[in-house]
Amino acid sequence: MTKNPYFGLFIVIAILLVLPFIVPNSFYLDLVIRMAINAVIVLGLNLLIGFAGQISLGHAGFLGIGAYATAVLPTHFGWHPVLAVMAGAAAAGLLAAIVARPIFKLKGHYLAMATLGLGIIINITLRNEAAWTGGPDGMPVLPMALLGVELSSDKHWYWVVALLLSVSVWASLNLINSPFGRALRALHGSEVASQVVGVDVVRYKVAIFVLSAVFASLMGSVTAHYVGFVTPNLADFFHSIELVTMVVIGGMASVYGSLVGAVLLTALPQALATFEGWETVAFGAILMLCMIFMPKGLVPTLAARFGKAN
Amino acid sequence: MALLEVNDLSIHFGGVKAVQNVSFSIDAGMVYAVIGPNGAGKTTLFNLITGVYKPTSGEIRLDGESIGGKSPNELATRGVARTFQNLQICMNMSAIENVMVGAHLRLDRNLLKAALRWPSIARRDAELRLEAAELMRFVGLEAFLDSRADSMPYGALKRLEIARALAMKPRLIFLDEPAAGLNPKETIEVDELVRKVADSGVTVVLVEHDMKMVMNLSERILVLDYGRKLAEGTGAEVRQNPDVIAAYLGVQA
Repeated sequence: MTKNPYFGLFIVIAILLVLPFIVPNSFYLDLVIRMAINAVIVLGLNLLIGFAGQISLGHAGFLGIGAYATAVLPTHFGWHPVLAVMAGAAAAGLLAAIVARPIFKLKGHYLAMATLGLGIIINITLRNEAAWTGGPDGMPVLPMALLGVELSSDKHWYWVVALLLSVSVWASLNLINSPFGRALRALHGSEVASQVVGVDVVRYKVAIFVLSAVFASLMGSVTAHYVGFVTPNLADFFHSIELVTMVVIGGMASVYGSLVGAVLLTALPQALATFEGWETVAFGAILMLCMIFMPKGLVPTLAARFGKAN
Repeated sequence: MALLEVNDLSIHFGGVKAVQNVSFSIDAGMVYAVIGPNGAGKTTLFNLITGVYKPTSGEIRLDGESIGGKSPNELATRGVARTFQNLQICMNMSAIENVMVGAHLRLDRNLLKAALRWPSIARRDAELRLEAAELMRFVGLEAFLDSRADSMPYGALKRLEIARALAMKPRLIFLDEPAAGLNPKETIEVDELVRKVADSGVTVVLVEHDMKMVMNLSERILVLDYGRKLAEGTGAEVRQNPDVIAAYLGVQA
């Protein structure tokens, strides 16, 4: 790795600065915002899946916690929205920490099943506690004001999300090239080797699970505010799978792969809308072809090919 | 007092008594070898002392403190390092990063500071990179400073494990067959490397099948057979022990 990994960050920031001035209309601005929100979630999830090598099939559940904290707490209890966002993140982090210890005694399929179950439990809770959450119909979110400015227009949210994304990319790059990040990657590479050099394996798995849950919760809150309405679909199983797919297609253990995966898989359903009724089939076919020809994901595969050409 | 004392150590896997009532002690600064036929329990003994397995019974003392049943990462904090017979290299990382992981316990592992690229962390990491490069030179891997681990030949990976273990700045290092699978020239180089490690003040415990290397390096030798201690002593003593000769040559005792 002779190339500076931070070089890509400048490109990301440059793109984010230019984008709002070149998108043709509000439809595309909306698409870009959703891409960026997904990108932040996928960054956090890739730290867990790609770098630390631990699967989570229930991450949309944490997203749901953040989204509903933002909706429920100000509406029913009159909390300040910012406080509600922080409470959601804290709750998601706490839940992740409590369940992580027993969960990370499991490996492989069992870990996948346990996280899957966790996500489903959160989703069912959101659906059934209708008095608080509006049940399957969902509920509206009270608008939020930051520093006296009400965040109502898409433009406002664009800049909030762009800032969050830039900071997340920077923090992820910092993390993976730090002693903490090396320990994470090492326990993925060889758990026993990392143990004998002193890595407390369970502690690290728990820490990264909590961190990725907090990422997801924060972005759940942002989604809720941006859309102005929450439904339990945000926290359902299919959304969890979608997020994992973004990690895998973009590239495991690749920061920029996370961005590419999130951008492509957010855009793809829109692009395939012309297939009318066949779009899910086309979507599935594209994913399968990607995995057959680029099992390491887009960015690592292309990087390897480009690297060889040099 | 001995640096490492093992008393009456046993481990059973179901009905298999992989290590039975083994006792020995190792003085600081020594090169100590454990030999024996395949399946004699040498690696199991290593796994017991380095915390990978928990003993069924018996006692392990490091500097007088009981360490039996402690986890590998707890033992790492007490200066116990090891390498593996079947390589345990992190293939998803570069060679130098593998060495840097070895210094894990000597670093600030704070997550928040790491994410914010705290100046002290970045500075320490830059220093560590130089230190790791120095260690790679020490084990003869200067040609692989920028290599990915998965692109390196087998012999180089064996040394990379030693460099990673040394990055812990251990007091006691367990080398599990460092010369296994190496050609004669590489074996001589590893022989010299182990000598260099011992000369740097680290106590070395060695499992090895290459008898020339064992006899050349070690001050004392423990012979295991079917999980039991067959003999212990200097090279000359062990070589003349009739039980050892029988076990190695298959002579009916």
